[in-house]
Amino acid sequence: MKIVVTVKQIPDPNGAHKLTADNRMARDGEVVLDPGDEYGIEAALRIKEASGDAEVVLVSMGPAKAADAIRKGLSMGADRAIHVNDDALAGADALTTAQVLAAAIKAESPDLVISGTESTDGSTGMVPPMLAELLGFPQLTFAKNVEVSGNTVKIQRQTDVGYDVVEADTPALITVTAGVGEPRYASLKGIMAARSKEVKKVGLGDLGVTPGKPAEEVLDVVDAEQRKAGEVIEDDGTAVDKIVALLVKVKAV
Amino acid sequence: MAKIWIYAELTGGELAPISLELLAKARALGGEIEAVALGKGAEASAATLGKHGAKKVLACDDEVFDKYLAQPATDTMEALVKANSPDLILFGFTSESREVAGRLSARLGVGQVSSALDVEAAGGGFVAKVPYFGGAKVARMKLNNKPAIVLVRPKSFEAAESGGTAKVEKVTATVGADSKRAKLVERVAEKGEKVKLEDAMIIVSGGRGMQGPENFPLLEALADALGGAVGASRAVVDAGWVPYSMQVGQTGKAVRPNVYIAAGISGAMQHTVGMKGSKVIIAINKDAEAPILKMADLGVVGDALKIVPKLTEAIKAKKGK
Repeated sequence: MKIVVTVKQIPDPNGAHKLTADNRMARDGEVVLDPGDEYGIEAALRIKEASGDAEVVLVSMGPAKAADAIRKGLSMGADRAIHVNDDALAGADALTTAQVLAAAIKAESPDLVISGTESTDGSTGMVPPMLAELLGFPQLTFAKNVEVSGNTVKIQRQTDVGYDVVEADTPALITVTAGVGEPRYASLKGIMAARSKEVKKVGLGDLGVTPGKPAEEVLDVVDAEQRKAGEVIEDDGTAVDKIVALLVKVKAV
Repeated sequence: MAKIWIYAELTGGELAPISLELLAKARALGGEIEAVALGKGAEASAATLGKHGAKKVLACDDEVFDKYLAQPATDTMEALVKANSPDLILFGFTSESREVAGRLSARLGVGQVSSALDVEAAGGGFVAKVPYFGGAKVARMKLNNKPAIVLVRPKSFEAAESGGTAKVEKVTATVGADSKRAKLVERVAEKGEKVKLEDAMIIVSGGRGMQGPENFPLLEALADALGGAVGASRAVVDAGWVPYSMQVGQTGKAVRPNVYIAAGISGAMQHTVGMKGSKVIIAINKDAEAPILKMADLGVVGDALKIVPKLTEAIKAKKGK
């Protein structure tokens, strides 16, 4: 069985928020592997361990710096990686991203594609369903549990009231939540082994994808409206009375 | 006049609240407003959709939409879009709708703007407002394609009846031979929710400052006393203290209660973007520098573990009188 995991490098969530000249998120500062993708890698590695015979391939689109995020995934235990890097992809929209990933993944003919539910930086949640569509795969989403038996994949799909049991035959795309299990730390052995694992560099020409006009154009970026600060008090024993008084005032009690 | 479609979300025959929120926005934009409802309860939903401003409902009660995820709805939407040429399609940024919106936008090759807070009509087209950096900034994005597809975050608009009735146009399901693949085997309800988080008028939410899952019953007791629901920050959901269904924030639920009590939550942008629309915010945090205190109507620098139980008792005493 071959499992592809999509991974993304994102600006360090704890770093400064910078914009490019055309008002997109700057990606030239410190970058990290999207924490959401670590769950995807973890899910793939668990399937591999359960089946005993699977290959886990990371596929990423991003600038040269994405290599660090890819290397982290390989250190966790993925077998090899494909890194699509092309200057023409700077500022690519979700559709272009999905088209590029789909082209790179098609060449691998995987049984499963695993993604996070959404990236931690853009949070649009659109690449996985678009990718599934472009690959012609069914999508099993928001999985908090994944079971593979033979060529059938069954998931528990997180819902508001509990979960849905959803199944499909492979090939299929899965998006996973934090419920699949705590991502493992890369061991020293894993870090050493990752150094010699293959990372195939691919450009747009290799994939035969020509990015179209973006679906959207950023007009401007402004500060979000902030709530006005209210009263801040130290709890000197009267805090409970003050909270109750406010709840009474707004008729909540 | 622009033709505006809203994708009415049906789950097990129930119309999702986001559908009515989208209709409120569609009315504000002005145009020919129509809804598409697919699945069990579609035709029956037309009465409610009409009351909220839809002039026409394209409805199909076929159970194929309830049995298989995303693909049958995508196929049918594609056929309907091609036959009717809407200018704008509004979807909810919900787990059900975004799957269909994503596939459809790739199928049509038009892309989309997702996770939007608002939509405006401008220059004969549409502009969507999207949060950047977890909500610290807002980008205005002009949509270049037709149909323009926008996914709007729940609770961005208030649903309101406008009166009126919708004409029901029955449509047939168009489902590709290869589209019955992600099969819904079973729906499992894990717990009988007392009050649904997104519908609750009062929410008591907990974060890392609650120290551990063993202390969440303190929040439940307070929520029970107030007749509210319990929420949580992403940090404690990721840590496995409470289920994802309780998560408030950018990657969880957006809520707009009358009162939001944040106990031991620092107030990361990821969290606040999902609750800053609350009418009154009360925050309790040991750290005087916690960002949540700067946006609260009443911020208390103190230990939530000590204050919450006392607050519960005080409210019970008050109500007992």
